[in-house]
Amino acid sequence: MDGIADMGGTPGWGPVRPPRRDEPVFEEPWQGRAFALASLSGRIAFGGVNLDAFRHGLERLDRAAYLDEGYYGRWLNGAELMLTDSAVLAPGAIRARARNLRGERVEEPPIPEPAVPDYAPSAEGSLRPVDRPPAFAVGERVRTKAMSVPGHTRLPGYARGHTGIVEVVQPSFVLPDTNAHFQGENPQYVYSVRFDARELWGADAEPFAVTADLFENYLEATS
Amino acid sequence: MTPTDGGPGEAPPVALRTEALEQLLTERGLVDPKVMNEIITTYETNVGPLNGAKVVARAWTDPEYRRRLLQDGTAAIKEFGFSGPQGEHIVVVENTATTHHVVVCTLCSCYPWPVLGLPPSWYKDPAYRARVVKEPRTVLSEMGLELDDDVRITVHDSTSEVRWLVLPERPAGTEHLSEEQLVPLVTREAMVGVAKVAAP
Repeated sequence: MDGIADMGGTPGWGPVRPPRRDEPVFEEPWQGRAFALASLSGRIAFGGVNLDAFRHGLERLDRAAYLDEGYYGRWLNGAELMLTDSAVLAPGAIRARARNLRGERVEEPPIPEPAVPDYAPSAEGSLRPVDRPPAFAVGERVRTKAMSVPGHTRLPGYARGHTGIVEVVQPSFVLPDTNAHFQGENPQYVYSVRFDARELWGADAEPFAVTADLFENYLEATS
Repeated sequence: MTPTDGGPGEAPPVALRTEALEQLLTERGLVDPKVMNEIITTYETNVGPLNGAKVVARAWTDPEYRRRLLQDGTAAIKEFGFSGPQGEHIVVVENTATTHHVVVCTLCSCYPWPVLGLPPSWYKDPAYRARVVKEPRTVLSEMGLELDDDVRITVHDSTSEVRWLVLPERPAGTEHLSEEQLVPLVTREAMVGVAKVAAP
């Protein structure tokens, strides 16, 4: 999905943050709670782990909800969106409870009828063997599709419409584009595709290469 | 704040909203605070870059293990018992004097949790996510790593469930050190490829 989450190559972020020695895993206690809640929210929202749906939730956050409260704030906001989508929570329920926790007296929305989708992962994790050979081979030139996708995808914007070389044929995994929307697992091979920096960023780019791990659906053969 | 928030006024602080969500789910029996505590403790104490450092130190001292690690990272890492979420399929790439690998996730902050723990701030920061795929040499230099012009840089963008671990170069002058003595030298920054391992 085109949106704030797709950050590769976007301008305006300033200098990188230097590593800090002995940075705590959670800077503040709420971050650990938010991490644990978000980790459990898929099972609560739709009875199984669906990382793709969770990531799609994060992608749909507005800029402030995605950025301003940091990584674990983003996770909390993403979990809230997922739990509200599946009607485990009513819209505004968290905010109303938070206000009551700080002593305001506001009415909380009633608990809605849960809307758990009729969809569960077929197995743990995302690896799914397929009984067909990979469509592309190591060393083959491939082109990424130049598509803009309204829903979830893992083809980053900067890598669309470019030509690269298959460097590694990885195993087959659940396709995020359909799984995130509960439209099926559609397992696909993943290819680590090597792009020359000049192909992605133009003739003046620093000399280097990028590999992206791309699903078969994102790629077409070049002649 | 979020599209679901509704209602007038400023959103309550995120710490309070976290507490509210925990309370709402707990009182309906959907979340068990004990399970939450176990998740938090796991990532605060058991799963962290020390795991990856053990893998690297073994690869430095045992050529047969190094071969297995580069051939099938997931299986070689599992020999230590390290597996779990975000470690389903781990690929290990080796840094040398002429080849440098660095890892990012431009779409979120994917990271090989079983060997490195949860990602540090700099890895999750928009500036790192946005810039390292476009100007890695500049970014690495800002982070204190100057690479010679003839070093070939490859940036690995973790856009699927494949997770990447960098096997850093063993620093010169450590030939006399044992596997156990090498472990504390290995930093998570070196295992992502934004730093080298320094000799003691």
